Amino acid sequence: MIGDGAHIEFIAWAYVGVAVLTVALVAYVVWDSVRVDARLKALDKAGIRRRSDESKR
Amino acid sequence: MSVDTVKQPNWFSRLAHPGQFLAWSRYLIWPLAIATGLSFAIGLWFAFFNSPEDYQMGDMVRVMYVHVPNAWLSQLVYGVMAVSALGTLVWRHPLADVANKAAAPLGAVFTALALYTGSLWGRPTWGTFWEWDGRMTSTLVLLLIYLGIIALWRAFDDQLKAGRIIAIVTLVGALNIPVIKFSVDWWNTLHQPASVFTKDGPKMPGSILTPLLVMMLAFTLLFALLQVVRMRTEILRRRAETLSRQAALQGVAK
Amino acid sequence: MSAFRALIGRDLKLAFRAGGEALTLVLFFVMVAVIVPFAIGPDRPQLTRLAPGIVWIAAFLSMLLGLDRLFRNDDEDGSLTLLRHAGLPLEAVVAAKVIAHWLMTALPLLLATPVLALLLSMSWAQWGQTVLALLIGTPALVSFGALGAAVTVGLRRGGLIAPVLILPLSIPIMIFGVGMMDPLAGSGATLFLIALSLVVTAFSPFAAALALRVAGE
Repeated sequence: MIGDGAHIEFIAWAYVGVAVLTVALVAYVVWDSVRVDARLKALDKAGIRRRSDESKR
Repeated sequence: MSVDTVKQPNWFSRLAHPGQFLAWSRYLIWPLAIATGLSFAIGLWFAFFNSPEDYQMGDMVRVMYVHVPNAWLSQLVYGVMAVSALGTLVWRHPLADVANKAAAPLGAVFTALALYTGSLWGRPTWGTFWEWDGRMTSTLVLLLIYLGIIALWRAFDDQLKAGRIIAIVTLVGALNIPVIKFSVDWWNTLHQPASVFTKDGPKMPGSILTPLLVMMLAFTLLFALLQVVRMRTEILRRRAETLSRQAALQGVAK
Repeated sequence: MSAFRALIGRDLKLAFRAGGEALTLVLFFVMVAVIVPFAIGPDRPQLTRLAPGIVWIAAFLSMLLGLDRLFRNDDEDGSLTLLRHAGLPLEAVVAAKVIAHWLMTALPLLLATPVLALLLSMSWAQWGQTVLALLIGTPALVSFGALGAAVTVGLRRGGLIAPVLILPLSIPIMIFGVGMMDPLAGSGATLFLIALSLVVTAFSPFAAALALRVAGE
């Protein structure tokens, strides 16, 4: 268990900082992936696709 | 498929073909995400509720549960980048430079977190946020190397050429990191007596080791998950760029 | 070998014809030392204590400043493409250019160090050690610089990226170079610096040539 709370603010800041930056990283990676997916879909809708995709390998 | 493979390419080159990679790595994402979430839940429960105070560090030992995994990842990610740099230069593997590009920002973030938690750990222990201690200093230099590589990736237009040039930089950096580490340690002993508290004491009780290992597993799984997603994104981005370039060319031709 | 020497001569001649670049670099080198007392105060004992470090920082910055010219001009006017297909291996071409660059940038700085010694009130012994350290360390600095310049040769924004890339890699040179002044650990630092400088100077032409080949494809 967490004890008497000596230096509790440093521990809290450490965990909060790590959580914020990690979540931001995950969010960025997901956002990037969604953005590229959307771009490919838009291209697909415009009829632009790879030749190999018409006959699925 | 490449020309030089006779009839049947081996299992590795089949798995590592970008199209094949996209196909099989899709089934990796959700299991990895669930495993990451679970191990974080277990690790945090251990870290907060099921681990004792250290007799010397008190509650500050809990900072180690986020510090050590990030410090470990800062080096593991560079190792991954160095291996993929070899893949780029020696085998000209199409996935290798994608792996390098995907890993660089992840490594930079983990290294920054290692420094951040390290300085928070240092404030009550050393009485200062920043101590020019050997490990802190070489981690800072490692962060600078990551940032340089990211800057180089962003500066290139031609991503294939960028991959091979950055592979050279990555390998030179990999050869240099031990030298930097050695020189910084040497410099450190020169400027202050070796009375600085060392982080890993000779023995760690199991009650501290368990949450530490679980948290290390959790962060490593997180890296694996993000790396797979970023590699997929990068392959698809290149595909999209090629497609729109082709479309633009056809538009001109019409 | 004669081609190698001719290449060094060509680079030196080009630099002299372009005029005054080495002089500008020396001017910058001296100017860094001139502004330091304004920043930290004209206290002579303190300046004496900091002098070797200041000289090293000034040398570091001046070397970085001159990097961009190493391959950029040759790449732009096409002579790099010619050199790539010349009889001389590209590694030797890079080595020749590194030597020429050292003669044009590091040597003038070494000759200018007495001025800095005077301004920063260094003792003769201190000055001698600093010059020795720079003499050993600068080849490694130029070699790392060649690598940085080769990696960024095709980039329009390469001028800023090359220093950012090689600065962290050059930290050991700085550490051992300044460490040579240490009365206790100085001899160890001298050996480390010599070893480091030899290895870096020997290997960097290969890495730089590889990067130049990739960049030229």
